[in-house]
Amino acid sequence: MDEPIETRAPVIEPGYTLGSVTDKISSIVLTRPTSNAWFVGFGLMFLLTMMLLFAMGYLFVKGVGIWGVTIPIGWGFAIVNFVWWIGIGHAGTLISAILLLLRQSWRNSINRFAEAMTLFAVACAGIFPAIHVGRPWVAYWLFPYPNTMNVWPQFRSPLVWDVFAVSTYATISALFWFIGLIPDLATLRDRSEERWKKIIYGMLAMGWRGSARHWHRYETAYLLLAGLATPLVLSVHTVVSFDFAVGIVPGWHTTIFPPYFVAGAIYSGFAMVLMLAIPIRKIYKLEDFITERHLQNSAKVMLATGLIVAYGYGIEAFMGWYSGNRYDAFLLWNRLHGPYSFFYYMLLICNLGIPQVLWISKLRSSPVWLFLVSLVVLVGMWLERFIIVVVSLHRDFLTSSWGMYYPTRWDWMTYIGTIGMFLAAMFLFVRILPMISIFEMRTLLPEAEVKE
Amino acid sequence: MKRTKAYGLMAEFDSVNSLVDAANRTREAGYKRIDAYSPFPVEGLAEAIGFHHDEVPLVVLIGGLIGGLSGYLMQYWISVVSYPVNVGGKPYHSWPAFIVPTFELTILFAGIFAVFGMLALNGLPMPYHPVFNVPRFAFATKDRFFLIVFSSDPKYNPVEVRRLLESFGPRSISEVPD
Amino acid sequence: MKMEEQPEKPRREDVCPSKKGALDLDAARDRLAEAQGPEYWRSLEELAGSPDFQEMLHREFPKGASEWLDSVSRRGFLKLMGASLAMAGMSACTKQPLEPIVPYVKQPEEVVPGRPMFFATAFTLGGYASPVLVESHLYRPTKIEGNDQHPASLGGTDIFSQASILGMYDPDRSQTVTYLGEIRSWGSLVEALRAPLNIQKGLQGAGIRILTPTVSSPTLADQLQSFLKANPQAKWHVYEPVNRDNVLEGAKLAFGQPVETRYDLSKADVILSLDADFLYAGFPGFTRYARDFAKRRNPDAGEMSRLYVAESTPSSTGAKADHRLPVRAVEIESFVRALDMMLGDDTDRSMVRAEQQKFLDAVLADLKSHRGSSAVIAGDHQPGVVHAFVHRINQTLGNLGKTVFYTDPVDANPINQAESLKDLVADMRGGKVDILIILGGNPAYDAPADFGFADALKNTSIPLRVHLGLYQNETAELCQWHVNQAHYLEAWGDGRAYDGTVSIVQPLIAPLYEGKSACELVSMLSGQADTGGHEIVQAYWKKQHPGADFDEFWRKSLHDGWIEGTTFAAKQVANKNASFPATSRADDKAIEINFRRDPSIYDGQFSNNGWLQELPKPMNKLTWDNPVLMGPAMAERMGIKTEDLVELELNGKKVTAPVWIQVGHPDNSVTVFLGYGRRRAGRVGTGAGFDIYVLRTSATPWFTSGVVIRKVGGTYKLASTQGYQTMETPTGARPLVRTASIEEYRKEPDFAREEEPPKELTLYKPYPYAAGPYAWGMTVDMSACVGCNNCVVACQSENNIAVVGKEQTVLGRHMHWIRIDSYYQGDRDNPKAYFQPVPCQQCENAPCEVVCPVGATVHSSEGLNDMVYNRCVGTRYCSDNCPYKVRRFNFLLFQDWETSQFKMMRNPDVTVRSRGVMEKCTYCVQRINEHRIDAEREDRKIRDGELQTACQQSCPANAIVFGNINDPESKVSKLKAQGRNYGLLADLNTRPRTTYLADIRNPNPELEAEHS
Repeated sequence: MDEPIETRAPVIEPGYTLGSVTDKISSIVLTRPTSNAWFVGFGLMFLLTMMLLFAMGYLFVKGVGIWGVTIPIGWGFAIVNFVWWIGIGHAGTLISAILLLLRQSWRNSINRFAEAMTLFAVACAGIFPAIHVGRPWVAYWLFPYPNTMNVWPQFRSPLVWDVFAVSTYATISALFWFIGLIPDLATLRDRSEERWKKIIYGMLAMGWRGSARHWHRYETAYLLLAGLATPLVLSVHTVVSFDFAVGIVPGWHTTIFPPYFVAGAIYSGFAMVLMLAIPIRKIYKLEDFITERHLQNSAKVMLATGLIVAYGYGIEAFMGWYSGNRYDAFLLWNRLHGPYSFFYYMLLICNLGIPQVLWISKLRSSPVWLFLVSLVVLVGMWLERFIIVVVSLHRDFLTSSWGMYYPTRWDWMTYIGTIGMFLAAMFLFVRILPMISIFEMRTLLPEAEVKE
Repeated sequence: MKRTKAYGLMAEFDSVNSLVDAANRTREAGYKRIDAYSPFPVEGLAEAIGFHHDEVPLVVLIGGLIGGLSGYLMQYWISVVSYPVNVGGKPYHSWPAFIVPTFELTILFAGIFAVFGMLALNGLPMPYHPVFNVPRFAFATKDRFFLIVFSSDPKYNPVEVRRLLESFGPRSISEVPD
Repeated sequence: MKMEEQPEKPRREDVCPSKKGALDLDAARDRLAEAQGPEYWRSLEELAGSPDFQEMLHREFPKGASEWLDSVSRRGFLKLMGASLAMAGMSACTKQPLEPIVPYVKQPEEVVPGRPMFFATAFTLGGYASPVLVESHLYRPTKIEGNDQHPASLGGTDIFSQASILGMYDPDRSQTVTYLGEIRSWGSLVEALRAPLNIQKGLQGAGIRILTPTVSSPTLADQLQSFLKANPQAKWHVYEPVNRDNVLEGAKLAFGQPVETRYDLSKADVILSLDADFLYAGFPGFTRYARDFAKRRNPDAGEMSRLYVAESTPSSTGAKADHRLPVRAVEIESFVRALDMMLGDDTDRSMVRAEQQKFLDAVLADLKSHRGSSAVIAGDHQPGVVHAFVHRINQTLGNLGKTVFYTDPVDANPINQAESLKDLVADMRGGKVDILIILGGNPAYDAPADFGFADALKNTSIPLRVHLGLYQNETAELCQWHVNQAHYLEAWGDGRAYDGTVSIVQPLIAPLYEGKSACELVSMLSGQADTGGHEIVQAYWKKQHPGADFDEFWRKSLHDGWIEGTTFAAKQVANKNASFPATSRADDKAIEINFRRDPSIYDGQFSNNGWLQELPKPMNKLTWDNPVLMGPAMAERMGIKTEDLVELELNGKKVTAPVWIQVGHPDNSVTVFLGYGRRRAGRVGTGAGFDIYVLRTSATPWFTSGVVIRKVGGTYKLASTQGYQTMETPTGARPLVRTASIEEYRKEPDFAREEEPPKELTLYKPYPYAAGPYAWGMTVDMSACVGCNNCVVACQSENNIAVVGKEQTVLGRHMHWIRIDSYYQGDRDNPKAYFQPVPCQQCENAPCEVVCPVGATVHSSEGLNDMVYNRCVGTRYCSDNCPYKVRRFNFLLFQDWETSQFKMMRNPDVTVRSRGVMEKCTYCVQRINEHRIDAEREDRKIRDGELQTACQQSCPANAIVFGNINDPESKVSKLKAQGRNYGLLADLNTRPRTTYLADIRNPNPELEAEHS
């Protein structure tokens, strides 16, 4: 309770009716003409996506040797990006599931595109484990499928856990997102003028008609799904952190990783939500639905998770010194003074320093500031993964086997390519689906109250 | 196509309160086979039309059990029965490691059962439904509220039902052709 | 497919398809006519036209080639031609030489597909033969191993003989006789020579000059001598860039006659090496010396010997020294002079630098107290005077006949080679030479710069210049005629080991490209053009061993790999001179430059050998290059960093090369390795490194002062395979190599064991390895290891390990399954150095296995950490999680799947890995299984010692011991029971099966005291 209740911005500006809410949101998809800016933006992102495909194609022809990975740094950009995207993919489900359980009704106006963002982020993340292996064409061997050779995955390996965690997460997020869409698809079906739109939305709506019985089962299912997604979302980044925590490499082998990874994920996730929400509410004039309140709350979440991450760094450093283990001690030294120290300091600035400005309430409600801080946080979180993966590996136990890691242009093309793919998908999403959950917005209106 | 018998009588309301009120009174009037339509989930509406128990939680429970059990047993069978091999000196039955996939599979199956169970119980997808024949029903997904008494109701009598519905002061009443 | 085609005693006709449409041929010529391939294709192009080639095509063109001839592109076609040529070899390779050769263990009739046979032969380098056994799969030689019955080998080998197998299959080898670069046949050369030789007959051969490398082959020597008898005016010149002129001069100076010096290090308690790198391949007798030296370095068996080394370039010998003195090469002479004087109780040691006197005193004292059981060894590149002094010192110490022996020289023609070449060049310029026959070698590249040999060869009109060589190299380029030489694995011959023992060189395979040996060429000169090597060699030995039992003698000699009774007897020689002239002393200010043979590619003759190019040099783990080695202090003074480019200027000649800061290098002195910067080496060697021969003159072949070093700006990437060469980190030293002095070890035998967690310390029930018959384990004795790199090459050859090239090595993607980590400790100007060979540790609790998602690396019941290549998807997680970083990954397609020669070379028992899979040391599981099969057939267990891994087998120092740790009586079990046995990073509880025996040194207490 940092400020008195009445001065708080509302979740939705007054004066809206069921009808006006419906029209305002659905018109974005149905009647609003597609601007040139949209085409330019989408076009650029599409080109980046093509660059990604090119980089992947060359990779399949030549092998992972075109990247900077080597011995001892067997994992490079691919895994860094994988963890980064997965982290970003956490906000959506968190907002839809956990905040739902916590009855945080303000979530209603941001959960839809947060979930969409989650899906696209997870899709980007999913690319990397598949293509970073030496023989991508047999990557499917990580799945336990019946085969005549009677050989199976090795379930003690965190990578197999990843397979289950990530694929489950992707599936559940998709389902969650889709059933959330059903009533709104029905709305679009009934609102759209053109026949072909009616048909498409109609098929997607699956004949939804808002029957009381349906609503009842629908809400139960939605709630249960939220209940399932909550531990899931926490487990996913925990499992990802196991990729490192289970290893014996100094800088990986630590018990703080699960909580600190989850916090970091939410941290970067909310940063991404803000980076998307802020331009969207401006461009599509949605300030009434995505209000100052949302910015405030998201900023607070970032502040909180950011501090947990800070605690994680603190413990890592402390343990490096306190454990008395010569390898952990060196890891700390190497982060502070080694060849990659610049990135470590950048990481501290991005994740610990700059975000502290969010203590200032005025900045928390300033879109520009939030946008910039979020950008910084996203960079910082990428650096964090880089430090964990590369800096831990490049100098481990035997000094004779120390090495250096230099990313190649193919590393960069692949990474930037996925960003393009992510944004291209977002561009399509805001054009063809309601980016705010219409029926959930309706429930926020005074006229939705049932007086006894 | 011309049919003698209608599918039901449908009343359209402006506000959620009148709908809930109407629904309650219709039920109290002894009608069993009725339904209400709203653009958003309405507190107590299901009770009002006499819908009480819903089976979704049970379905989810079953899904979760299937996922968890099959998950753990699969790993046990693979690592201990089908192809036991010494991996880094760890025991064949490394149960702590097996917990993670077990958990994930539990969630996965439960989630899938929740979604598809709900759809199945709702009889979706159902591209055609008689109520769609009422033109104004398009507003059921915007800002109007509808109450229908199905002709299949034992007490159903077009005249009486219409009188009853009119007594709620609806915006309109229309017969739903079958 | 080969197997069906493989009759008991195959002959040419049997194997090769004899009917072939002439159509292919026309197509061939058409295509080839338009072909403008790179250099090494041109020969093929002309080849296509030549009659020999038609004939060969008729015989050897691969089946079904005609089908794809029509459609293929030029490049594709050339590929095919390459293939067909190679296949010529391939089908050839499946036939035994037509003459009977004698297998080491089995009769050739008994050849069983899949069962290798071993033949004894000998590899010759610098005139010294190293006896070897060659593993042959269906008459395809695949692996070189030591001849454990031969006194000069005792089972060990050196890197050059190990890598010679790749040399034979090198696709860049010269494949035909050429005239002015055009394909000719052997016959046409004989024709071309007949007339000129007849003319020379009249002139008593006045115009004939024969230039050979050092020759120790009795047969060849005899042939040449009799040729010279027939042509009295003809001359035989000898030159090799890495020659032993100094040794010869020293012997002449001391005894007035050339002698060979031989040491028995197993009897030496104190050894003083004066710039002699006798613990590295290339030093005559290295293999035996390493064995004897290592035997005396075992703290648990008898007295340890003590090694003092004063050297001008950090070497593996210096690394093994108990006390090492970095000293400029030029100062060795005064040091040895002082030593000599003080042995004769003179006390003036002013000529020795102050900082060296302490060392001198200690050495002196030690030598005095070990009369008769010490040995002083001088390096080949020290001037004759030093050698003379050393002879006298050994005599004064009474070492003769005990640790030091003199014999007749191994060199059949012991003359000063520099002089010899000088005379030749003079004659060439003087127009005295009508016929110049160069039997091997590459003088156009490696002759002393001041002779201008290449220039003489090019610009003097010698009517007939014939070059015999394995490659179309810089010298071949300047001769009208080039004869493609037969590799020693393809030809008959003989040679003397360092102790004079003669080995018959018997071919393992008929020449891949119909090459000729030196013997055959010489006999052609003397008119018998078509006598084969076999006849020649046998004829000679018939003369030496007349009598009825010759066949048996011959058979036995071939079988054993050496001829009974040919070992030189030690001879008594008396020191003649009382005092030796001092060679002019260079001033201390001037910077000294040392020229040394390269540890990996020798004098450049191996520069097209990928295994050797990529072999990390012992002291700095550099590959593919020959930077200027410079001490840290000097570099600091000059403000030079590693990889900075500098310009070396020596009497007017300039070379630009990068710098490598070499700790322990003497100050005010630099070292550069020879053999790089080749122009015509082949696809591997051409262009690698920098040609230093241009700075090297006949007057100062090994070191000289006055080189000017200028920083030219810019840097040059060097490929070192080791990240860091110290165990010190900012947060404390890491106990990777554990070491102690012999006293400390006696006091505290278990000193190496700290940090080992108790076996009980585990939640799990450990896997019952003890239940099975075998549990494989290995110990590596770091006291014994001399860092000679043998295991690395042996492993590469045994396990079909790919060469990745310089760029990939720079990135850290080299593929060696066993590496030798070398660490420095202490004073950067004179650090202690340690060698630690690191193969896969085969951990019982393998961290790599647990994280593999597909179970591609799992444990066998015998405790092997198996790699399943077919299952590997290439996540590289195992490598990340391997604390020893012994896993190697095929980041790209590193293996050569195209070149047919390499297909023939590979070990058929080992999978050839492809792109995207992880690989690592397997403890030579293919050998384990081979022996298991034998044992099971004979219904017994594998005997201890019968099974050796490739690294163990090749190790001249016996540092690697492998065996069954379930058997308490096995050698390895006993070693593991020793106090100094410890596991690397054992505190991680990985339970490595490979363990290390701590490096125990035997320092001189007096010097130690001064150290601390």
